[in-house]
Amino acid sequence: MKQKQLNGVTIDIDDEGYMTNHAQWNRDVAAALAKEIGIELADGHWRVLDFIDKDFKERGVVPGMRRMNKIGGIPTKDLYALFPDGPIKKAARIAGYPKPVSCV
Amino acid sequence: MKKLLILGAGTAGTMMANRLRKKLSTDEWAIAIVDQYTKHYYQPGFLFMPFGIYSEKDVIKPKQKFIPPRVHYIESEIDRIEPDHNRVLLRSGKQLDYDILILATGVKTAPEQTEGMLGNDWRKRVFDFYTFEGALALHNALRDWTGGKLVVHISEMPIKCPVAPLEFAFLADWWLSERGLRDKTEISYVTPLSGAFTKPIASKVLAHLLEEKGIKVVTDFNVARIDNEQHKLVSWDEKEVDYDLLVTVPTNMGDPAIERSGLGDELNLVPTNRHTLQSKQHQNIFVIGDATDLPSSKAGSVAHFESEVLAENIVHYIKGEPLDSQFDGHANCFIESGYHKAFLLDFNYDLQPVPGKYPLPFIGPFSLLRETHMNDLGKLAFKWIYWNLLLKGVPMPGVGHEMSRLGKQIPIETSQPA
Repeated sequence: MKQKQLNGVTIDIDDEGYMTNHAQWNRDVAAALAKEIGIELADGHWRVLDFIDKDFKERGVVPGMRRMNKIGGIPTKDLYALFPDGPIKKAARIAGYPKPVSCV
Repeated sequence: MKKLLILGAGTAGTMMANRLRKKLSTDEWAIAIVDQYTKHYYQPGFLFMPFGIYSEKDVIKPKQKFIPPRVHYIESEIDRIEPDHNRVLLRSGKQLDYDILILATGVKTAPEQTEGMLGNDWRKRVFDFYTFEGALALHNALRDWTGGKLVVHISEMPIKCPVAPLEFAFLADWWLSERGLRDKTEISYVTPLSGAFTKPIASKVLAHLLEEKGIKVVTDFNVARIDNEQHKLVSWDEKEVDYDLLVTVPTNMGDPAIERSGLGDELNLVPTNRHTLQSKQHQNIFVIGDATDLPSSKAGSVAHFESEVLAENIVHYIKGEPLDSQFDGHANCFIESGYHKAFLLDFNYDLQPVPGKYPLPFIGPFSLLRETHMNDLGKLAFKWIYWNLLLKGVPMPGVGHEMSRLGKQIPIETSQPA
Protein backbone atom coordinates (compact mmCIF):
# COMPACT_ATOMS: atom_id res chain seq x y z
CA MET A 1 0.00 0.00 0.00
CA LYS A 2 1.20 3.49 -0.78
CA GLN A 3 1.10 6.43 1.57
CA LYS A 4 1.60 10.13 1.25
CA GLN A 5 1.83 13.21 3.40
CA LEU A 6 -0.73 15.99 3.03
CA ASN A 7 -0.63 18.99 5.38
CA GLY A 8 1.23 16.87 7.91
CA VAL A 9 -1.35 14.05 7.76
CA THR A 10 -0.47 10.59 6.38
CA ILE A 11 -3.04 9.08 4.04
CA ASP A 12 -3.20 5.65 2.37
CA ILE A 13 -3.71 5.78 -1.38
CA ASP A 14 -3.98 3.42 -4.33
CA ASP A 15 -1.79 3.49 -7.45
CA GLU A 16 -3.85 6.28 -8.95
CA GLY A 17 -3.90 8.45 -5.85
CA TYR A 18 -7.40 7.64 -4.58
CA MET A 19 -7.68 7.30 -0.79
CA THR A 20 -8.13 3.75 0.47
CA ASN A 21 -9.02 4.56 4.09
CA HIS A 22 -11.85 7.05 4.41
CA ALA A 23 -11.27 7.34 8.18
CA GLN A 24 -8.18 9.44 7.33
CA TRP A 25 -10.28 11.94 5.40
CA ASN A 26 -11.36 15.34 6.68
CA ARG A 27 -12.19 18.71 5.15
CA ASP A 28 -8.56 19.90 5.25
CA VAL A 29 -7.41 16.73 3.51
CA ALA A 30 -10.09 17.38 0.87
CA ALA A 31 -8.85 20.92 0.33
CA ALA A 32 -5.28 19.65 -0.08
CA LEU A 33 -6.35 16.87 -2.49
CA ALA A 34 -8.27 19.46 -4.51
CA LYS A 35 -5.30 21.79 -4.66
CA GLU A 36 -3.15 18.99 -6.10
CA ILE A 37 -5.41 18.88 -9.15
CA GLY A 38 -5.76 22.65 -9.37
CA ILE A 39 -9.13 23.13 -7.70
CA GLU A 40 -9.82 25.67 -4.94
CA LEU A 41 -12.80 24.36 -2.99
CA ALA A 42 -15.82 26.68 -2.61
CA ASP A 43 -19.44 26.18 -1.55
CA GLY A 44 -20.46 24.79 -4.94
CA HIS A 45 -17.82 22.06 -4.67
CA TRP A 46 -18.86 21.21 -1.13
CA ARG A 47 -22.46 20.69 -2.19
CA VAL A 48 -21.20 17.98 -4.55
CA LEU A 49 -18.73 16.47 -2.07
CA ASP A 50 -21.33 16.36 0.72
CA PHE A 51 -23.80 14.60 -1.58
CA ILE A 52 -21.18 12.00 -2.56
CA ASP A 53 -20.33 11.47 1.11
CA LYS A 54 -23.96 10.97 2.15
CA ASP A 55 -24.77 8.76 -0.84
CA PHE A 56 -21.65 6.61 -0.46
CA LYS A 57 -22.46 6.01 3.22
CA GLU A 58 -25.97 4.88 2.23
CA ARG A 59 -25.17 2.74 -0.81
CA GLY A 60 -21.45 1.96 -0.76
CA VAL A 61 -20.75 3.32 -4.26
CA VAL A 62 -19.84 6.71 -5.71
CA PRO A 63 -22.97 8.13 -7.39
CA GLY A 64 -22.92 8.50 -11.17
CA MET A 65 -23.79 11.58 -13.18
CA ARG A 66 -27.50 10.79 -13.48
CA ARG A 67 -27.81 10.18 -9.74
CA MET A 68 -26.05 13.49 -9.03
CA ASN A 69 -28.64 15.18 -11.28
CA LYS A 70 -31.77 13.39 -10.21
CA ILE A 71 -31.18 12.70 -6.52
CA GLY A 72 -28.51 15.28 -5.71
CA GLY A 73 -30.17 18.03 -7.75
CA ILE A 74 -26.86 19.08 -9.32
CA PRO A 75 -26.98 19.71 -13.11
CA THR A 76 -24.29 18.11 -15.26
CA LYS A 77 -23.08 21.43 -16.65
CA ASP A 78 -22.43 22.65 -13.08
CA LEU A 79 -20.44 19.48 -12.39
CA TYR A 80 -18.26 20.11 -15.44
CA ALA A 81 -17.78 23.75 -14.43
CA LEU A 82 -16.74 22.79 -10.88
CA PHE A 83 -14.62 19.74 -11.71
CA PRO A 84 -13.47 20.08 -15.34
CA ASP A 85 -12.56 16.97 -17.42
CA GLY A 86 -14.18 14.06 -15.61
CA PRO A 87 -16.18 15.54 -12.73
CA ILE A 88 -17.17 12.25 -11.10
CA LYS A 89 -13.62 10.92 -10.93
CA LYS A 90 -12.23 14.20 -9.64
CA ALA A 91 -14.99 14.72 -7.09
CA ALA A 92 -14.67 11.12 -5.82
CA ARG A 93 -10.92 11.60 -5.43
CA ILE A 94 -11.37 14.79 -3.41
CA ALA A 95 -14.20 13.26 -1.37
CA GLY A 96 -11.78 10.51 -0.30
CA TYR A 97 -13.57 7.64 -2.00
CA PRO A 98 -12.41 4.98 -4.50
CA LYS A 99 -12.22 5.66 -8.21
CA PRO A 100 -15.74 5.14 -9.58
CA VAL A 101 -15.96 1.89 -11.51
CA SER A 102 -18.24 2.73 -14.35
CA CYS A 103 -19.98 -0.59 -13.98
CA VAL A 104 -20.21 -3.70 -16.04
CA MET B 1 -54.58 -21.09 -3.07
CA LYS B 2 -51.53 -18.84 -2.83
CA LYS B 3 -50.51 -16.52 -5.62
CA LEU B 4 -47.16 -15.94 -7.24
CA LEU B 5 -47.11 -13.11 -9.75
CA ILE B 6 -44.38 -12.42 -12.31
CA LEU B 7 -44.22 -9.04 -14.02
CA GLY B 8 -42.53 -9.24 -17.43
CA ALA B 9 -42.44 -12.19 -19.84
CA GLY B 10 -39.05 -11.49 -21.37
CA THR B 11 -36.03 -13.77 -20.97
CA ALA B 12 -35.92 -13.62 -17.15
CA GLY B 13 -39.68 -13.73 -16.46
CA THR B 14 -40.28 -16.59 -18.89
CA MET B 15 -37.47 -18.67 -17.37
CA MET B 16 -38.91 -18.08 -13.88
CA ALA B 17 -42.41 -19.13 -14.98
CA ASN B 18 -40.97 -22.37 -16.36
CA ARG B 19 -38.71 -23.15 -13.41
CA LEU B 20 -41.28 -22.34 -10.72
CA ARG B 21 -44.14 -24.19 -12.37
CA LYS B 22 -41.99 -27.32 -12.04
CA LYS B 23 -41.04 -26.59 -8.44
CA LEU B 24 -44.33 -25.41 -6.92
CA SER B 25 -47.36 -27.64 -6.42
CA THR B 26 -50.30 -26.71 -8.64
CA ASP B 27 -52.60 -27.45 -5.68
CA GLU B 28 -50.97 -24.80 -3.53
CA TRP B 29 -49.64 -22.13 -5.87
CA ALA B 30 -51.28 -20.28 -8.72
CA ILE B 31 -48.73 -18.61 -11.01
CA ALA B 32 -49.56 -15.68 -13.28
CA ILE B 33 -47.32 -13.65 -15.59
CA VAL B 34 -48.05 -10.21 -17.06
CA ASP B 35 -46.59 -8.58 -20.15
CA GLN B 36 -47.84 -5.80 -22.39
CA TYR B 37 -46.34 -7.19 -25.62
CA THR B 38 -47.27 -10.17 -27.80
CA LYS B 39 -43.86 -10.82 -29.33
CA HIS B 40 -40.80 -12.34 -27.70
CA TYR B 41 -37.63 -10.95 -29.26
CA TYR B 42 -34.33 -12.81 -29.34
CA GLN B 43 -32.40 -9.67 -28.51
CA PRO B 44 -28.87 -11.03 -29.15
CA GLY B 45 -30.02 -11.45 -32.76
CA PHE B 46 -30.56 -7.70 -33.26
CA LEU B 47 -26.78 -7.31 -33.67
CA PHE B 48 -26.85 -9.47 -36.82
CA MET B 49 -29.85 -7.84 -38.48
CA PRO B 50 -28.16 -4.70 -39.81
CA PHE B 51 -25.73 -6.93 -41.74
CA GLY B 52 -28.48 -9.15 -43.12
CA ILE B 53 -27.19 -12.23 -41.24
CA TYR B 54 -30.49 -12.58 -39.34
CA SER B 55 -33.94 -11.46 -40.37
CA GLU B 56 -37.33 -11.17 -38.71
CA LYS B 57 -37.97 -14.92 -38.57
CA ASP B 58 -34.80 -15.51 -36.54
CA VAL B 59 -35.60 -13.06 -33.78
CA ILE B 60 -39.39 -13.06 -33.20
CA LYS B 61 -41.70 -15.70 -31.74
CA PRO B 62 -44.96 -15.33 -29.80
CA LYS B 63 -44.35 -14.85 -26.06
CA GLN B 64 -47.13 -17.23 -25.12
CA LYS B 65 -45.45 -20.15 -26.86
CA PHE B 66 -42.84 -20.20 -24.05
CA ILE B 67 -45.22 -19.89 -21.09
CA PRO B 68 -45.93 -23.34 -19.62
CA PRO B 69 -49.44 -24.76 -19.12
CA ARG B 70 -50.89 -23.95 -15.68
CA VAL B 71 -49.32 -20.49 -15.75
CA HIS B 72 -51.90 -17.79 -16.39
CA TYR B 73 -50.68 -15.38 -19.09
CA ILE B 74 -52.12 -11.86 -18.93
CA GLU B 75 -51.39 -9.41 -21.74
CA SER B 76 -51.70 -5.92 -20.29
CA GLU B 77 -49.66 -2.87 -19.46
CA ILE B 78 -48.85 -2.46 -15.77
CA ASP B 79 -50.09 0.70 -14.12
CA ARG B 80 -48.42 0.34 -10.74
CA ILE B 81 -47.33 -1.96 -7.96
CA GLU B 82 -48.71 -1.28 -4.48
CA PRO B 83 -46.32 -3.24 -2.26
CA ASP B 84 -48.03 -2.22 0.97
CA HIS B 85 -51.23 -3.87 -0.25
CA ASN B 86 -49.50 -6.79 -2.02
CA ARG B 87 -51.25 -5.99 -5.26
CA VAL B 88 -50.59 -4.84 -8.82
CA LEU B 89 -52.91 -2.57 -10.76
CA LEU B 90 -53.08 -3.11 -14.51
CA ARG B 91 -53.90 -0.47 -17.14
CA SER B 92 -56.98 -2.49 -17.99
CA GLY B 93 -58.29 -1.60 -14.53
CA LYS B 94 -57.81 -5.14 -13.30
CA GLN B 95 -56.24 -5.72 -9.90
CA LEU B 96 -53.95 -8.68 -9.13
CA ASP B 97 -53.16 -9.74 -5.57
CA TYR B 98 -50.01 -11.65 -4.77
CA ASP B 99 -48.24 -13.46 -1.96
CA ILE B 100 -44.93 -13.35 -3.82
CA LEU B 101 -44.03 -10.90 -6.58
CA ILE B 102 -41.17 -11.30 -9.06
CA LEU B 103 -40.12 -8.19 -10.98
CA ALA B 104 -38.70 -9.08 -14.39
CA THR B 105 -39.60 -5.85 -16.15
CA GLY B 106 -36.20 -5.39 -17.79
CA VAL B 107 -34.73 -2.22 -19.27
CA LYS B 108 -35.51 -0.38 -22.49
CA THR B 109 -33.72 2.19 -24.59
CA ALA B 110 -34.67 5.78 -23.76
CA PRO B 111 -33.41 7.94 -26.64
CA GLU B 112 -35.45 10.90 -25.36
CA GLN B 113 -32.98 11.13 -22.45
CA THR B 114 -30.33 12.66 -24.74
CA GLU B 115 -31.02 16.11 -26.15
CA GLY B 116 -31.41 15.96 -29.92
CA MET B 117 -31.30 12.17 -30.27
CA LEU B 118 -34.87 12.09 -31.56
CA GLY B 119 -34.22 15.08 -33.87
CA ASN B 120 -34.31 15.24 -37.68
CA ASP B 121 -31.47 12.75 -38.05
CA TRP B 122 -33.28 10.01 -36.07
CA ARG B 123 -33.58 6.92 -38.26
CA LYS B 124 -32.07 8.91 -41.15
CA ARG B 125 -28.49 9.28 -39.96
CA VAL B 126 -28.92 8.28 -36.29
CA PHE B 127 -29.84 4.67 -35.53
CA ASP B 128 -29.97 2.24 -32.68
CA PHE B 129 -29.78 -1.54 -33.01
CA TYR B 130 -31.17 -2.37 -29.57
CA THR B 131 -34.75 -2.45 -30.86
CA PHE B 132 -36.21 -4.56 -33.66
CA GLU B 133 -37.34 -1.45 -35.53
CA GLY B 134 -33.94 0.21 -35.09
CA ALA B 135 -32.00 -2.84 -36.30
CA LEU B 136 -34.24 -3.12 -39.35
CA ALA B 137 -33.96 0.59 -40.19
CA LEU B 138 -30.18 0.36 -39.85
CA HIS B 139 -30.13 -2.61 -42.24
CA ASN B 140 -31.80 -0.44 -44.86
CA ALA B 141 -29.43 2.47 -44.21
CA LEU B 142 -26.35 0.27 -44.57
CA ARG B 143 -27.57 -0.99 -47.94
CA ASP B 144 -27.31 2.58 -49.24
CA TRP B 145 -23.96 3.32 -47.56
CA THR B 146 -21.22 4.55 -49.88
CA GLY B 147 -18.66 5.66 -47.29
CA GLY B 148 -17.97 8.44 -44.82
CA LYS B 149 -17.80 8.70 -41.05
CA LEU B 150 -19.41 5.81 -39.19
CA VAL B 151 -19.60 6.41 -35.44
CA VAL B 152 -20.50 3.66 -32.96
CA HIS B 153 -21.53 5.27 -29.69
CA ILE B 154 -22.58 4.43 -26.11
CA SER B 155 -24.61 7.17 -24.41
CA GLU B 156 -24.43 6.14 -20.78
CA MET B 157 -23.66 3.07 -18.66
CA PRO B 158 -25.06 0.61 -17.69
CA ILE B 159 -26.40 -0.84 -20.93
CA LYS B 160 -27.70 -4.27 -21.88
CA CYS B 161 -24.98 -6.49 -23.26
CA PRO B 162 -22.07 -4.06 -22.82
CA VAL B 163 -20.03 -5.84 -25.52
CA ALA B 164 -22.68 -5.44 -28.26
CA PRO B 165 -21.47 -2.02 -29.50
CA LEU B 166 -17.93 -3.42 -29.82
CA GLU B 167 -19.28 -6.38 -31.77
CA PHE B 168 -21.15 -3.97 -34.01
CA ALA B 169 -17.92 -2.12 -34.76
CA PHE B 170 -16.06 -5.40 -35.54
CA LEU B 171 -18.85 -6.70 -37.77
CA ALA B 172 -19.13 -3.35 -39.56
CA ASP B 173 -15.39 -3.44 -40.27
CA TRP B 174 -15.77 -6.93 -41.82
CA TRP B 175 -18.98 -6.11 -43.72
CA LEU B 176 -17.49 -2.93 -45.19
CA SER B 177 -14.26 -4.71 -46.20
CA GLU B 178 -16.23 -7.36 -48.10
CA ARG B 179 -18.07 -4.65 -50.02
CA GLY B 180 -14.95 -2.66 -50.83
CA LEU B 181 -16.18 0.21 -48.68
CA ARG B 182 -13.78 -0.07 -45.74
CA ASP B 183 -11.21 2.28 -47.34
CA LYS B 184 -13.95 4.85 -47.82
CA THR B 185 -15.24 4.55 -44.26
CA GLU B 186 -13.73 5.93 -41.09
CA ILE B 187 -15.01 3.96 -38.07
CA SER B 188 -14.90 5.52 -34.60
CA TYR B 189 -15.93 3.99 -31.30
CA VAL B 190 -17.09 6.63 -28.82
CA THR B 191 -17.60 5.60 -25.18
CA PRO B 192 -18.15 7.26 -21.79
CA LEU B 193 -15.79 4.65 -20.31
CA SER B 194 -12.04 5.16 -19.96
CA GLY B 195 -11.32 2.13 -22.16
CA ALA B 196 -12.84 -0.24 -24.69
CA PHE B 197 -14.51 -2.36 -22.00
CA THR B 198 -15.27 -2.20 -18.29
CA LYS B 199 -12.87 -4.89 -17.09
CA PRO B 200 -9.10 -4.24 -17.34
CA ILE B 201 -7.64 -7.43 -18.87
CA ALA B 202 -10.41 -7.82 -21.47
CA SER B 203 -10.25 -4.09 -22.16
CA LYS B 204 -6.57 -4.39 -23.12
CA VAL B 205 -7.22 -7.33 -25.46
CA LEU B 206 -10.15 -5.57 -27.11
CA ALA B 207 -8.33 -2.23 -27.41
CA HIS B 208 -5.59 -4.06 -29.29
CA LEU B 209 -8.13 -5.60 -31.65
CA LEU B 210 -9.77 -2.22 -32.32
CA GLU B 211 -6.37 -0.81 -33.19
CA GLU B 212 -5.59 -3.72 -35.53
CA LYS B 213 -8.84 -3.13 -37.36
CA GLY B 214 -8.14 0.59 -37.66
CA ILE B 215 -11.10 1.62 -35.49
CA LYS B 216 -10.47 4.90 -33.75
CA VAL B 217 -11.44 4.93 -30.05
CA VAL B 218 -12.67 8.06 -28.26
CA THR B 219 -12.90 7.45 -24.47
CA ASP B 220 -14.34 9.47 -21.57
CA PHE B 221 -16.93 11.01 -23.88
CA ASN B 222 -20.12 11.95 -22.02
CA VAL B 223 -22.67 13.05 -24.60
CA ALA B 224 -24.58 16.24 -23.82
CA ARG B 225 -26.47 16.54 -27.10
CA ILE B 226 -26.68 15.57 -30.74
CA ASP B 227 -26.40 18.44 -33.18
CA ASN B 228 -28.71 17.44 -36.05
CA GLU B 229 -27.77 20.44 -38.21
CA GLN B 230 -24.03 19.84 -38.22
CA HIS B 231 -24.37 16.06 -37.69
CA LYS B 232 -22.17 15.76 -34.63
CA LEU B 233 -22.07 14.44 -31.10
CA VAL B 234 -21.25 17.12 -28.54
CA SER B 235 -19.99 16.21 -25.05
CA TRP B 236 -20.58 18.10 -21.79
CA ASP B 237 -17.03 19.40 -21.98
CA GLU B 238 -17.59 20.59 -25.58
CA LYS B 239 -15.71 17.85 -27.39
CA GLU B 240 -17.20 17.05 -30.79
CA VAL B 241 -17.38 13.97 -33.03
CA ASP B 242 -18.74 14.32 -36.59
CA TYR B 243 -20.85 11.57 -38.08
CA ASP B 244 -22.41 10.65 -41.41
CA LEU B 245 -23.96 7.59 -39.82
CA LEU B 246 -24.33 7.39 -36.05
CA VAL B 247 -25.07 4.01 -34.49
CA THR B 248 -25.83 4.84 -30.89
CA VAL B 249 -26.84 2.88 -27.82
CA PRO B 250 -29.29 5.20 -26.07
CA THR B 251 -29.54 5.37 -22.27
CA ASN B 252 -31.10 2.17 -20.92
CA MET B 253 -33.79 2.60 -18.27
CA GLY B 254 -36.01 0.36 -16.17
CA ASP B 255 -39.74 0.23 -16.82
CA PRO B 256 -41.79 3.38 -16.14
CA ALA B 257 -44.15 1.25 -13.98
CA ILE B 258 -41.24 0.82 -11.53
CA GLU B 259 -40.91 4.60 -11.31
CA ARG B 260 -44.69 5.04 -10.92
CA SER B 261 -44.56 2.57 -8.03
CA GLY B 262 -41.68 4.36 -6.30
CA LEU B 263 -39.58 1.18 -6.39
CA GLY B 264 -36.64 2.30 -8.53
CA ASP B 265 -33.44 4.34 -8.42
CA GLU B 266 -32.47 7.16 -10.82
CA LEU B 267 -32.57 4.72 -13.78
CA ASN B 268 -35.77 2.99 -12.55
CA LEU B 269 -33.68 -0.02 -11.53
CA VAL B 270 -34.83 -1.84 -8.40
CA PRO B 271 -32.42 -1.95 -5.42
CA THR B 272 -31.82 -5.69 -4.98
CA ASN B 273 -29.73 -7.90 -2.71
CA ARG B 274 -26.86 -8.90 -5.00
CA HIS B 275 -26.65 -12.45 -3.68
CA THR B 276 -30.23 -13.49 -2.77
CA LEU B 277 -32.09 -11.39 -5.40
CA GLN B 278 -34.61 -10.27 -2.79
CA SER B 279 -35.74 -6.66 -3.10
CA LYS B 280 -34.08 -4.46 -0.48
CA GLN B 281 -37.38 -2.80 0.40
CA HIS B 282 -39.91 -5.65 0.52
CA GLN B 283 -39.35 -9.23 1.67
CA ASN B 284 -41.97 -10.79 -0.62
CA ILE B 285 -40.68 -9.02 -3.74
CA PHE B 286 -37.82 -10.56 -5.74
CA VAL B 287 -36.06 -9.08 -8.75
CA ILE B 288 -34.32 -10.73 -11.69
CA GLY B 289 -32.59 -9.84 -14.95
CA ASP B 290 -32.07 -6.34 -16.29
CA ALA B 291 -34.58 -4.85 -13.81
CA THR B 292 -32.13 -5.16 -10.88
CA ASP B 293 -29.49 -2.64 -9.83
CA LEU B 294 -26.88 -5.40 -9.39
CA PRO B 295 -23.27 -4.62 -10.37
CA SER B 296 -23.38 -7.45 -12.92
CA SER B 297 -23.81 -7.34 -16.69
CA LYS B 298 -27.30 -6.89 -18.08
CA ALA B 299 -27.37 -10.01 -20.22
CA GLY B 300 -29.39 -13.13 -20.90
CA SER B 301 -26.67 -15.35 -19.45
CA VAL B 302 -26.87 -13.42 -16.19
CA ALA B 303 -30.68 -13.78 -16.11
CA HIS B 304 -30.20 -17.51 -16.75
CA PHE B 305 -27.78 -17.98 -13.85
CA GLU B 306 -29.95 -15.79 -11.63
CA SER B 307 -33.04 -17.83 -12.45
CA GLU B 308 -31.44 -20.96 -10.98
CA VAL B 309 -30.61 -19.12 -7.76
CA LEU B 310 -33.95 -17.33 -7.53
CA ALA B 311 -36.05 -20.46 -8.07
CA GLU B 312 -34.21 -22.07 -5.13
CA ASN B 313 -34.58 -18.98 -2.96
CA ILE B 314 -38.31 -18.70 -3.66
CA VAL B 315 -38.68 -22.27 -2.38
CA HIS B 316 -36.60 -21.36 0.70
CA TYR B 317 -38.76 -18.29 1.26
CA ILE B 318 -42.00 -20.29 1.05
CA LYS B 319 -40.66 -22.79 3.60
CA GLY B 320 -39.51 -19.98 5.89
CA GLU B 321 -35.86 -21.00 5.48
CA PRO B 322 -32.86 -18.68 5.07
CA LEU B 323 -32.31 -17.62 1.43
CA ASP B 324 -29.03 -19.43 1.13
CA SER B 325 -28.74 -19.86 -2.61
CA GLN B 326 -26.25 -17.19 -3.60
CA PHE B 327 -25.76 -15.44 -6.92
CA ASP B 328 -22.07 -14.70 -7.57
CA GLY B 329 -22.48 -12.23 -10.44
CA HIS B 330 -21.68 -14.91 -13.03
CA ALA B 331 -21.89 -13.74 -16.66
CA ASN B 332 -20.65 -15.15 -19.89
CA CYS B 333 -20.80 -13.56 -23.26
CA PHE B 334 -19.58 -14.17 -26.75
CA ILE B 335 -18.00 -11.27 -28.62
CA GLU B 336 -18.33 -11.53 -32.38
CA SER B 337 -15.17 -10.13 -33.88
CA GLY B 338 -15.89 -10.63 -37.60
CA TYR B 339 -14.47 -13.07 -40.17
CA HIS B 340 -16.34 -15.97 -38.51
CA LYS B 341 -14.44 -15.57 -35.27
CA ALA B 342 -15.46 -14.69 -31.74
CA PHE B 343 -14.21 -14.25 -28.20
CA LEU B 344 -15.82 -15.64 -25.08
CA LEU B 345 -15.80 -13.96 -21.67
CA ASP B 346 -16.67 -15.69 -18.38
CA PHE B 347 -16.62 -13.65 -15.16
CA ASN B 348 -18.37 -12.76 -11.91
CA TYR B 349 -18.45 -10.08 -9.20
CA ASP B 350 -14.97 -11.01 -7.97
CA LEU B 351 -13.08 -12.26 -10.99
CA GLN B 352 -12.77 -10.27 -14.20
CA PRO B 353 -12.57 -12.06 -17.58
CA VAL B 354 -9.25 -13.92 -17.96
CA PRO B 355 -7.93 -16.49 -20.47
CA GLY B 356 -8.87 -20.17 -20.05
CA LYS B 357 -11.32 -22.78 -21.36
CA TYR B 358 -15.12 -23.10 -21.08
CA PRO B 359 -17.34 -24.77 -20.02
CA LEU B 360 -15.03 -27.73 -19.30
CA PRO B 361 -11.86 -26.56 -17.52
CA PHE B 362 -8.71 -27.14 -19.65
CA ILE B 363 -10.81 -28.80 -22.41
CA GLY B 364 -13.33 -26.26 -23.67
CA PRO B 365 -14.38 -26.53 -26.47
CA PHE B 366 -14.53 -22.74 -26.11
CA SER B 367 -11.52 -20.53 -25.41
CA LEU B 368 -11.86 -17.63 -23.00
CA LEU B 369 -10.56 -14.23 -24.00
CA ARG B 370 -9.13 -15.61 -27.26
CA GLU B 371 -10.40 -15.16 -30.79
CA THR B 372 -11.42 -18.55 -32.31
CA HIS B 373 -13.72 -20.03 -34.95
CA MET B 374 -15.14 -22.41 -32.34
CA ASN B 375 -16.37 -19.47 -30.26
CA ASP B 376 -18.19 -18.11 -33.32
CA LEU B 377 -19.93 -21.45 -33.79
CA GLY B 378 -20.95 -21.26 -30.13
CA LYS B 379 -22.47 -17.84 -30.60
CA LEU B 380 -24.45 -18.92 -33.65
CA ALA B 381 -25.61 -22.16 -31.95
CA PHE B 382 -26.81 -20.07 -29.07
CA LYS B 383 -29.92 -18.94 -30.97
CA TRP B 384 -31.19 -22.55 -31.02
CA ILE B 385 -30.24 -23.06 -27.37
CA TYR B 386 -32.09 -19.86 -26.41
CA TRP B 387 -35.39 -20.73 -28.08
CA ASN B 388 -35.34 -24.45 -27.27
CA LEU B 389 -33.63 -24.84 -23.90
CA LEU B 390 -32.88 -21.60 -22.12
CA LEU B 391 -36.34 -20.02 -22.03
CA LYS B 392 -37.87 -23.31 -20.93
CA GLY B 393 -35.46 -23.57 -18.02
CA VAL B 394 -33.91 -26.83 -19.25
CA PRO B 395 -30.62 -27.39 -17.41
CA MET B 396 -27.48 -27.21 -19.53
CA PRO B 397 -24.87 -29.81 -18.60
CA GLY B 398 -21.64 -28.29 -17.39
CA VAL B 399 -22.99 -24.74 -17.31
CA GLY B 400 -23.68 -24.00 -13.65
CA HIS B 401 -24.76 -20.76 -12.03
CA GLU B 402 -21.59 -20.65 -9.95
CA MET B 403 -18.59 -19.50 -11.95
CA SER B 404 -15.71 -22.00 -12.00
CA ARG B 405 -12.15 -20.81 -11.44
CA LEU B 406 -10.74 -24.12 -12.73
CA GLY B 407 -8.81 -23.89 -15.96
CA LYS B 408 -8.59 -20.11 -15.77
CA GLN B 409 -5.27 -18.27 -15.91
CA ILE B 410 -5.72 -15.98 -12.93
CA PRO B 411 -2.99 -13.43 -12.30
CA ILE B 412 -2.63 -12.72 -8.57
CA GLU B 413 -3.75 -9.11 -8.70
CA THR B 414 -6.95 -9.92 -10.61
CA SER B 415 -8.40 -12.09 -7.88
CA GLN B 416 -9.41 -8.73 -6.42
CA PRO B 417 -12.77 -7.31 -7.52
CA ALA B 418 -12.38 -5.97 -11.03
